Amino acid sequence: MSLSTLLVLADGRLPSGAHAHSGGVEAAVSAGRIHDLPTLESFLVGRTATTGTVAAAFAAATCRALTSGRSGVGTVPHARDEATPSDGDGARLAERVAALDDGIDVRTASPALRVASRAQGRALLRAVTRIWPAATNPAGPNPHHPIATGIAAAAAGLGPGDAALVAVYGGLTGSASAAVRLLGLDPYAVHALVARLAPECDRVAADAAARADDPVDDLPAGSAILLDLDAEQHAIWEVRLFAS
Amino acid sequence: MRPDNRAVRIGIGGPVGSGKTALVAALCRLLAGELRLAVVTNDIYTTEDADFLRRAGVLPDDRIRAVETGCCPHTAIRDDISANLDAVEELEDRLGPLDLVLVESGGDNLTATFSKGLVDHQIFVVDVAGGDKVPRKGGPGVTTADLLVINKTDLAPLVGADLGVMARDARARRGDLPTVFLSLVGEPGAAPVADWVRERVAEPHHTPRDHDPAPAHTHGP
Repeated sequence: MSLSTLLVLADGRLPSGAHAHSGGVEAAVSAGRIHDLPTLESFLVGRTATTGTVAAAFAAATCRALTSGRSGVGTVPHARDEATPSDGDGARLAERVAALDDGIDVRTASPALRVASRAQGRALLRAVTRIWPAATNPAGPNPHHPIATGIAAAAAGLGPGDAALVAVYGGLTGSASAAVRLLGLDPYAVHALVARLAPECDRVAADAAARADDPVDDLPAGSAILLDLDAEQHAIWEVRLFAS
Repeated sequence: MRPDNRAVRIGIGGPVGSGKTALVAALCRLLAGELRLAVVTNDIYTTEDADFLRRAGVLPDDRIRAVETGCCPHTAIRDDISANLDAVEELEDRLGPLDLVLVESGGDNLTATFSKGLVDHQIFVVDVAGGDKVPRKGGPGVTTADLLVINKTDLAPLVGADLGVMARDARARRGDLPTVFLSLVGEPGAAPVADWVRERVAEPHHTPRDHDPAPAHTHGP
């Protein structure tokens, strides 16, 4: 894998719509649950252990499905003529990715969060298909965000562990950055917090990569009920700064 | 949404309170009868401007979309345009072919301009109450916008703004790019801007747009 390509995908400046989502921080700030650095830390630790871990697992599994036969792709003359095996592979791949996408659906209790996840997935896919035009997308135009992250990593030539890292780290920094903007917290203090939590992202990503071939039902299924409830409230606010 | 027959996209930007939403409303009143038109708003607070346009009754509800900008209105029109592209494409998908989509930015500062990946042309709106030194200060909005609108000229005597100075400075900053002085109070209102917009819509698309629709459903490897 290429470390610099991983940085391209993990960069908050990647135009993938992430800046408009707070990962639940805007609602939690309004409810008074996040108001300073310690409460932000609790939120980030909880979020990483639940939805962050799920996102990492599904991004890794999607990337694995797309890259498992990579070594031979495009190298065999007349490979396209051998329609039967490649069609079979394509069908199996599409089936696995669809099952992973359904797996996010059933792990996301809040309809508002399902909508937000697909909006972010669509936005990321828009960026991916412009940056890596040869990207393989078996998931249709509106995949869940972790599925799109797996597609992005595969298109960029990265592996399942990288996909998982982008997913869990992106969730962490997106939420942290929203807290800086909403609460005016000291950005150095918040980034010190992000740096402290970074090893946890490594651990979550390594675990996700190790389980990337597991059946969908065996993949992590953590959720945070307040994130779900807050998201439903947030979606009907009259005035909000973030899409989710 | 094919590059050569999609709607012309015009961005309308400018500082807070300069009259962007009032200009969009006036343009809708003047153009809705002759052009297939939709509006995307980027309010700092999500639906304020969209609600104003709805209340003003200048366009049917379903032709107005609001985009959330996560406290960064300039990011949504310049650095990460995905939510705005999504909104424009959704309008075109749902409403069928359109002639014109106006994208109104959230009120920002003199440096906020639209990405060429989002709009074909941009209008920058400043107002005389912001001080007659604004054109001299320049910034990418004033300097490079395809049309500079200096709004609320009716207030000039009240705030001691010298329109002659503003015209001279705008010329110095902008060279041959056009500047329009506007008052939306009374006649002719937004008519000069509407005429400029009509000319942009009537132009053939000179270059293929560097823009693709949402990713297609593709097959496996």
